[in-house]
Amino acid sequence: MITTTTPAVPKAAARTKVLQRQGAAVALVLMVAVSWLVFPRFGSLDNLRDLALQGSFLAVIAIGMTFVIITGGIDLSVGSLYALGGVLAAWGSQYGFLAALALPLVVCGAIGLINGLLIARTNMAPFIVTLASLLFARGLLLAITDEGANTYKIATDSAFVELGRGTVLGFGYPIFIAAVLAVLGGMILNRTSFGQNVFATGGAEQSAILLGVPVAKTKIVVYTMSGTLAGLAGALTAAYLQSGVTVIGVGLELDAISVVVIGGTLLTGGMGTILGTVIGVGLIKVIQNVINQIGTLDSNYQSVVSGVFLLIVVVLQRILRR
Amino acid sequence: MPTDPVIEVAGVTKTFAGVQALGDVDFTLQRGEIHALVGENGAGKSTLIKVLTGIHTPDAGRLTRNGHISTIYQEVNLVPLMSVAANLFLGREPRNRFGLIDRARRNADASELLRGYGITADVSSPLGTLAVGEQQMVALARAVEANADVVIMDEPTSSLEPREVETLLGVVRKLHEAGISIIYVSHRMDELYRICDTVTVLRDGRNVHSGPLKELPRIELVSLMLGRSVKEIEKHGTTAFGEGHHADTQPVLEARELTSRPRINGVNVSIRPGEVVGLAGLLGSGRTETAKAIIGALPLDGGTVLVAGKPVSHNVKSAMRAGISMLAEDRKTEGIIPNLSVRENIVLAALPRLSRFGVISRSKQDRIVDTFVKRLRIKVSSPEQKVAELSGGNQQKVLLARWLCTEPRILLLDEPSRGIDVGAKAEVQALIDELAREGLAVLLISSELDELLDGADRLIVLRDGSVAGELEGDQLTSEHVLKAIAAEVRDGSDDHAVSHQNGN
Amino acid sequence: MAQTTTQSATRTATSTAAARTRWLQDNGVYVAVAALLLFNALFTANFLTLGNFTTQLVQAAPVLIVALGMALVIGTEGVDLSVGAVMALAAAIIPLYLGAGPLVAIVMALVVGVLAGAFNGLLVAKVGIQPIVATLALLVGGRGLALVIAEGQLVQLHDQAFLELGTGDVLGIPISVLIAGLLALVIAGLTNRTTFGRQLVAVGGNRKAATLAGLPVNRVLVGVYAICGVLAAIAGVLATSRLAASDPADMGLLMELSAITAVVVGGTPLTGGKVRVLGTVFGVILMQLVRATLIKHNLPDSIAQMIQAAIIIAAVYVARERR
Repeated sequence: MITTTTPAVPKAAARTKVLQRQGAAVALVLMVAVSWLVFPRFGSLDNLRDLALQGSFLAVIAIGMTFVIITGGIDLSVGSLYALGGVLAAWGSQYGFLAALALPLVVCGAIGLINGLLIARTNMAPFIVTLASLLFARGLLLAITDEGANTYKIATDSAFVELGRGTVLGFGYPIFIAAVLAVLGGMILNRTSFGQNVFATGGAEQSAILLGVPVAKTKIVVYTMSGTLAGLAGALTAAYLQSGVTVIGVGLELDAISVVVIGGTLLTGGMGTILGTVIGVGLIKVIQNVINQIGTLDSNYQSVVSGVFLLIVVVLQRILRR
Repeated sequence: MPTDPVIEVAGVTKTFAGVQALGDVDFTLQRGEIHALVGENGAGKSTLIKVLTGIHTPDAGRLTRNGHISTIYQEVNLVPLMSVAANLFLGREPRNRFGLIDRARRNADASELLRGYGITADVSSPLGTLAVGEQQMVALARAVEANADVVIMDEPTSSLEPREVETLLGVVRKLHEAGISIIYVSHRMDELYRICDTVTVLRDGRNVHSGPLKELPRIELVSLMLGRSVKEIEKHGTTAFGEGHHADTQPVLEARELTSRPRINGVNVSIRPGEVVGLAGLLGSGRTETAKAIIGALPLDGGTVLVAGKPVSHNVKSAMRAGISMLAEDRKTEGIIPNLSVRENIVLAALPRLSRFGVISRSKQDRIVDTFVKRLRIKVSSPEQKVAELSGGNQQKVLLARWLCTEPRILLLDEPSRGIDVGAKAEVQALIDELAREGLAVLLISSELDELLDGADRLIVLRDGSVAGELEGDQLTSEHVLKAIAAEVRDGSDDHAVSHQNGN
Repeated sequence: MAQTTTQSATRTATSTAAARTRWLQDNGVYVAVAALLLFNALFTANFLTLGNFTTQLVQAAPVLIVALGMALVIGTEGVDLSVGAVMALAAAIIPLYLGAGPLVAIVMALVVGVLAGAFNGLLVAKVGIQPIVATLALLVGGRGLALVIAEGQLVQLHDQAFLELGTGDVLGIPISVLIAGLLALVIAGLTNRTTFGRQLVAVGGNRKAATLAGLPVNRVLVGVYAICGVLAAIAGVLATSRLAASDPADMGLLMELSAITAVVVGGTPLTGGKVRVLGTVFGVILMQLVRATLIKHNLPDSIAQMIQAAIIIAAVYVARERR
């Protein structure tokens, strides 16, 4: 029953592979080339640095999302956890660097762990569990900020601010953190047994169980990772903004899912790459940047473009897979 | 004969929800032998395999295992999106000195390993890009590489092309030479006689025969599986079917050259009004597929279906409009809608006829439901009872009613009396008889030879997806059927001898 | 298969527990609503007043309308994540056509809802994409599109006839509540009395059997998503009218969660094959009562949200079918 739909026509699979691997990359190169020519300001070092920095926060979340989606799941709570992570970091910064960093990671990681436990142990649908956590995390955020009235500031001279605002050759620390995490993520995904288990879980869950893959454990770990990374992205953002802004992150989960899928990861699970996700982040951020440069367009075009991209990718994946 | 059992099972009994799946079964697998495990649907093969592999704990009996067992299933249980090499080494990936997976070595090892199985495909491409036969081979390689002493193969060739079957059988022989013991489950007589040393026949959860295969004539094996002795005198009247029907001369249904590889190949079926045509054959011979091809639920490689001389488009809706209805074999997954009531399950297929402007007429519905509940003697507390709460026999009657109220001209019945109690069975059989008398053309699929011999006016015997014979009149005896199934005409003893030159 | 053994062994022991769970799935929502009403009658000041009830119902009306469509979609073993985005789209359409009269504006909004829903349905039925994936694209892009249409602006509306929808009443019953009630009746009739409704439930209950029974599975699926889309649009129109402003940025935010929660709390399983309209109505009322009770007892919004999250998890946990 489960395996009947799996055998794919070789040619179609090869085509899918090319499209999945290269589609987003080609689009990114084209976008960058055109933007460079059309908008003189686009190619400036300042703009590129800014672009990379903006992309790095999303990338950190999207790396976790990539793991979740490859297992065949989805994590809708990351937008809320991102906001919560920022507030916790800002609040924690009064107790020093370590508290500012550890608090969001631990709390958001714990919520991710609960997501994972509920999904893996009770067989509840990932989307509904993580939607509930989305609500829960927002509630928690409101509870610790006086119903959103209180915005915690981070002392400008604290070491934690340096984490968000420090630069090397003008490139912000978060860019390097995201890059290291991407490399690490790629390594875990492709070069460790855990990574293989992630692919197997999403590719054919029932077979994976028969093959001895610890499916439940794998799911629990990926949701915990996703929560932790969302918390980290929030903490980095707070350090950059020097405060725990309470209203950010609404709908960010959709951006994260979009970049993952645009980057060629199958939304139905079993296939995907971290590199694709990074390219997806680049693509979305370049589009956003261009929309801002045009000036006459408002920023809402970005989500329309994301939606259209997502649609095209999903339909193509489905059609090529027949 | 020296015995060195790898697996020994004695007096194993296993009961599920009051139904005995295995009753006092003895089974011994000797080291180095290829042991055929055969039996019809529900004979207990899969339960026995699950007991052997430890998935089920038997209720009673003794189980001794002296080795590691790997199982490969009919459906390839691997991950199609992962690379061939990754599938092969999932869970025991080769590492480099940093503890990371050594992909180069994994690919090299996989290529080398698979070459021994006749696979030269790129091991870094997704498994799903390989042909099903090659995937099956990867599964086999994986099972063997896990240092298995015993490999259980559950119908490994059922979805393979003939060429792929040859490769697989070749690999099985190699494993055999390497001293690995094999339990081979299949319904294909040719394969069994070519590679197996020993056979165990299960029927109704019991071991009815264990012994060397080559000493057992094919026809004996088939009769053991079906539970009919060749010499047994035909005794009509064991079922509730009446005498032959008076059939019209012009066929109302003609199915020509139905082909859906690899399941069925060039099957012809024609039925006249008032005639009951039986489809006989072992499990996996293409009976259900033939019926599904006629109703348009199976993608075809070729063939046409004509109703009263007019071609019917190949989809369920057109087939139904032309007057074909099919009672599916699997009541649970293809028949009943569990959450709906008896009434709603009955009228489901006829809804458009029972409504005006899309609004259902409750009175028309109740009238029809009432008629059929009475006529088929469906035992329900009320038509509003949920169908899932009924017994198997009554569910079957509900489904029969569903098709009858579409007023079909042709009724395809796939195992109509399977899994229902004796009383209901007789009622269903009598009903089939009555329907044919009223002029319906009936295609009857059954694993029970009695039911076919007694109920059908004509029998089409299928073997490996092709028509092996058509029997009528005096030929309607179990001997003829068994002979057709066993393909007595062709003796496979030559291959058999070759494959056993290194045997015991 | 391994579970089969344990099931048979502990069959009698679990059967009473299973019966209890089933009873809870079927009737829990009514009991909970009754209990909450009783609690509030005893412990909440000014609860049992006509004014309060009216307020509660007006707040619940848009959620109910969306939940009705969601119940149908869930009945086919699907889910529609785009309902909030469709509400936003409807809201953005209204000011564009209000100049031509309220009727034209409303019809245009509903047409957009139908098209959006049918689009989802085609992706699910014809292209064969999983419902959650198919409706995700519209969730991502739909609100953005609404904001693009509205140029990111909140538009105040002044058409009296249109605003009457949100503020007016007939015989003391607010129009929006009346519409929601009417739609509930229509949807109940549709599910229980029409060919389409029964085919819908059959498709959700056993798609393979429905196909073999010759049911128009694709047509049913497209129809169901189209109905869900138009209901979301109606909810968007009513909410816009009540707000006296078109606000695509906030309109229907997290509505998919509220709707799914109400449906599941009302006893419609996410596994399909069953649509409980009355249960859905009570599911909406229950969630509204929970919120109202928490607010009346001065619990902050933050706590209310966390409690709602817990209720959702509990409801889905109880409703999930053991396989």
